[in-house]
Amino acid sequence: MIEDHDILNVDAPELSAAERFYLPQILDGMGTTIRHMGHSLFKRPMTVQYPEERRELRVENYRGVHRLNRDEQGRVACVACFMCATACPANCIHIEGAEAPWDDREKYPAKFDIDELRCIYCGMCEEACPVDAIELTPRYDLVGRTRAEMILDKEELLVIYDQTKGEKARKNPPITGYPRMAGAAALDPESETEGEQA
Amino acid sequence: MREFFTSQFGVSITFSVMVIGALLGITTYCIYFERKIAGWVQDRYGPNRVGPAGIFQLVADGIKMVFKEDIIPGHVDKVLFLAAPAIIIIVSFIGFAAIPWGGQWELDGHLVNIQVANPDIGLLYILGVASMAIYGLVLGGYSSNNKYSLFGSLRATAQMLSYEIPLGLCILVVVLTLGTLRLEHIALAQTGYWFGIIPQWNVFLHPVPFVILLITSLAESNRTPFDLPEAEQELVCGYHTEYTALKFGMFFLGEYAHMITASALISVLFLGGWHFPWIPWAQPEATSFFAVLVKIGVLGGKVVFFIFLMMWLRWTLPRFRWDQLMRVAWKGLIPITLALFILTAVLVYFGLERSIWTLVGNVVIVAGALLIAGSFGREVTGRTTNLPPIPSGPFSPGVGGVGASA
Ligand code: SF4
Ligand code: SF4
Repeated sequence: MIEDHDILNVDAPELSAAERFYLPQILDGMGTTIRHMGHSLFKRPMTVQYPEERRELRVENYRGVHRLNRDEQGRVACVACFMCATACPANCIHIEGAEAPWDDREKYPAKFDIDELRCIYCGMCEEACPVDAIELTPRYDLVGRTRAEMILDKEELLVIYDQTKGEKARKNPPITGYPRMAGAAALDPESETEGEQA
Repeated sequence: MREFFTSQFGVSITFSVMVIGALLGITTYCIYFERKIAGWVQDRYGPNRVGPAGIFQLVADGIKMVFKEDIIPGHVDKVLFLAAPAIIIIVSFIGFAAIPWGGQWELDGHLVNIQVANPDIGLLYILGVASMAIYGLVLGGYSSNNKYSLFGSLRATAQMLSYEIPLGLCILVVVLTLGTLRLEHIALAQTGYWFGIIPQWNVFLHPVPFVILLITSLAESNRTPFDLPEAEQELVCGYHTEYTALKFGMFFLGEYAHMITASALISVLFLGGWHFPWIPWAQPEATSFFAVLVKIGVLGGKVVFFIFLMMWLRWTLPRFRWDQLMRVAWKGLIPITLALFILTAVLVYFGLERSIWTLVGNVVIVAGALLIAGSFGREVTGRTTNLPPIPSGPFSPGVGGVGASA
């Protein structure tokens, strides 16, 4: 309900004689543009000359192409819990889970495809993942000639991890110990709590 | 043979060929500089990929334009559709014929004008030819058989008609002062000096018509802030919406050619044409070949200055609203120029047309205009009263509505 006191009548400001005569205001505006022109000519324009120069990214939270992290033993860290696929608003993650060949977890992804063309790079998948297996990297220049090429499968996503782990480390590595499962006895229980807090 | 080429006729023909070639190059390079200036104003580089500093961008663009598919839509009036861009480009180029580029050249013992044609009515010729350009715009929009294009043409017609009046009056001020329509004579009449240093350029006599002529020639060449005929946001592209490839390019080139004619005309009328103080070769007595080159350079420099000014303005100002555009012309420029015209006529009657009184009159007229503008309230367009208070009752406008509460 809009009450009387909610209504604010705004009157257009009175223009001064100079403003109504246009020309002084135009000269003022021309002063502004010539300043910018001088800045571009004698200092440096804002433009980043893209292929030769690149912007400095905030690597920590830049949302570019995905990667699938590996754990300490080089295996895919994902446990095929489908959290990311459920959270994804663009429905572009397709996972086929299978029984894990390793005895420290139940499932692993037999197939893991991300359609990078449908993805809106919102980062929900990264938020949802309980083991921090899927992450967005600072890589933004993924190109392809066909649509099929832009659907990255598990191997490609793991390769991206290998390529980008130098610039962006896996966020919470210690969490992949799965202490309550078989084979977890070797792990220090301290590291689990630390990892969860981090 | 030599006689033919040293006669005025031969020189005119040679010079016209050179002018057309040079102008085609210059107009295309105007587009390059337009984009560069746009870039600089917006803190960018502008085109810089094709060749050093992007100077071959134009070649690339030209090749692209030539090889694009040239579509003639099925619903257009073909003859007029094809004629429109041709009219635009022809009209904007033949206007150059009467511009006195380089004064006189002593060749084989007689003087020839570095000018394609030197008619007695040079100024009228340029005005007449320039207003022919409207045919290109109108026919382009009309033959496109498309409402938006037609709207663009209608706007172009109304705008050109309105702005041609102050434009003509400003030019009449110069004609009255100097008593000639011949452009070469207008340039020559401005070569004297006051107190030995100030050149007798008309801009020092009549600064206000100079500014108004600048404004109206912007409007005549459809440049921002007067580019309503092609307002993208409202009319797609106005009168050239249906044009593709080279025909679109011709509209584009025509605009720049129009700018150059307008700049050259303003330079001749108000800035003394090829005359420049302190340069011995830019004086009427100098008639050597080198002097001709210097004079062409001087006039060219003035033209470049005006073109830069127009581009600078384009990237500074937003577009006028239609009612503002009309108000500026009919309530602002036309009364002021009429007053200036009457002032000049009176001064000519008393033989004072080239005295300090012109300046005084200019100042008085501007002050009077300011006074009148200041003493009348601002014209309010649109709703002027506050909305009535919304009755508070059982219904709310968003949810129930009037019908629901009844
Ligand atoms: S970034 Fe967003 S859209 Fe892309 S895969 Fe992850 S959840 Fe889906
Ligand atoms: S990437 Fe993470 S959220 Fe997605 S299925 Fe694997 S473990 Fe679950």
